[in-house]
Amino acid sequence: MKENTCCSPSPKTAGNLKTDDCKCSEGIQILPMNGLRPESMENACHADSALHADEPCCGPPPSPRSSPHEKPGYTVCGFVEGFLDTPAGAVPRVKTKTGLYDFAGTLKARSGFSRNDYKVSPGLYAVGNPGTGSPVLVTANYKLGFDKLRYCLKHSDAWILVVDTRGINVWCAGGKELFSAGEIARQVRLSGLSRVVEHRKLVLPQLGANGVSGRDVKKGCGFSVIWGPVRADDIEAFIARDMEATDRMRRVTFGTAERLVLIPVELSFLWKPTLAVIAAIFVFSGIGPEIFSVSEALNRGGMPLAAYGAGIFSGAVLTPTLLPWIPGRAFSVKGVIAGMLVFVPLVFAFRGEVGELEVFTLLFIVLAVSSLLAMNFTGSTPYTSPSGVEKEMRISMPLQAAALFAAVFFWIAAAFI
Amino acid sequence: MEGFRHFSGVTTLALDSAACIGCGICTHVCPHGVMTLNGKKAKIADKDGCMECGACARNCPSGALAVTPGVGCAAYIIQTWLKAKNIPVDAKCC
Ligand code: SF4
Ligand code: SF4
Repeated sequence: MKENTCCSPSPKTAGNLKTDDCKCSEGIQILPMNGLRPESMENACHADSALHADEPCCGPPPSPRSSPHEKPGYTVCGFVEGFLDTPAGAVPRVKTKTGLYDFAGTLKARSGFSRNDYKVSPGLYAVGNPGTGSPVLVTANYKLGFDKLRYCLKHSDAWILVVDTRGINVWCAGGKELFSAGEIARQVRLSGLSRVVEHRKLVLPQLGANGVSGRDVKKGCGFSVIWGPVRADDIEAFIARDMEATDRMRRVTFGTAERLVLIPVELSFLWKPTLAVIAAIFVFSGIGPEIFSVSEALNRGGMPLAAYGAGIFSGAVLTPTLLPWIPGRAFSVKGVIAGMLVFVPLVFAFRGEVGELEVFTLLFIVLAVSSLLAMNFTGSTPYTSPSGVEKEMRISMPLQAAALFAAVFFWIAAAFI
Repeated sequence: MEGFRHFSGVTTLALDSAACIGCGICTHVCPHGVMTLNGKKAKIADKDGCMECGACARNCPSGALAVTPGVGCAAYIIQTWLKAKNIPVDAKCC
């Protein structure tokens, strides 16, 4: 397959000027401009060469001329390092190393901002120098997943077919039937894949199997499905083993690092309920013998707010971090245990300040909030079944509600005693 | 999955051995090693490991596997409760 470099003569250059007129130096291509008289063209070239001279000039040096692959209204993505010519048109070749460009976006997506808008354009991409026999790896157009895949292909020549899952990762998109046989077949047809490769096989991420029927893919586009490994890290080993996965490659894991990256997202969902909690604490703290006192509300509100913060920490940070080591199968129980650990230093911090009844309020707030958030974490784990989570919710939600009710009761009672 | 277990005896997974043709696809797609191949028939080797993702049933060519698939997520389950009671929910999902 022929490779386009940025200096190769572009077929789109104006016919009335020879390509010799254009200087190619340091990867900068000066395209002849249509409608210019030769002398002004010469001036233009001189002006350009002046960039390389040691003459003083104001401001930072200008960036190189735009890539010939840029089109009006489009930019070439930072992760694209060139283009391959294929019978189905130019296919972008992606970098397999992390760039600063990716880092900023990853930070944004991981922290929960714009996580849903973090997409790659669907279609065919190339890694290395793939040919007509190279494997085709299918993935979702969730940018973090796409990035992970290309970083794991440093030693490979392969095609990546990105399917339009609306920016959602393979696993969640499978559950929502966005990563589906129909969508994959559609992308195979749109990309002209059958003209690019001779074989008729697609490697799909195993975690997409909840939404994709391999048989339906075959029916839809004639390509048969090979189920690849769960993790992108294993993809090169999988290809090297002639597309045979080991048992280990087939199993999903939930290691400490995998849990830690979920914490910021978990926390980013909390700002709305937090506003409601602050309002509730203000109201309940102000109730007292004078019916309602704003100064009391502000005065007393600090402690329950701190307890709420402690509950968040224990339920959404401590529990996910220590998940396998906290005893109990039910997440709500794990949350209560973690909450106890956090409650002790909290009470210690408020010693001398907190009343006898108020201690119970703090305890119940910490335990209920921690238990609720820990239970909410079931949605992020790869091993809880809906039947199991439903069973847990039916048992624990009445208890959590009772604890919150008791917290309010003791807090208001303390104001009257 | 080593070190991680939720409740036992809850999954809706069921295998109809008579219908199974022993193709082994279920053992490839299950992310928890629930299914194994025992000679010419599939076997549920670790039922409590099942997370009801539905991958096996969707890919089984003979309809031998059945499971009620879904996401084990509290917000999602509250939505299904509300829906069952005909309370409209704004379609925000997890
Ligand atoms: S539903 Fe999912 S977890 Fe359960 S046996 Fe099937 S593939 Fe495995
Ligand atoms: S996928 Fe279905 S037919 Fe194939 S081995 Fe599993 S249960 Fe049997």
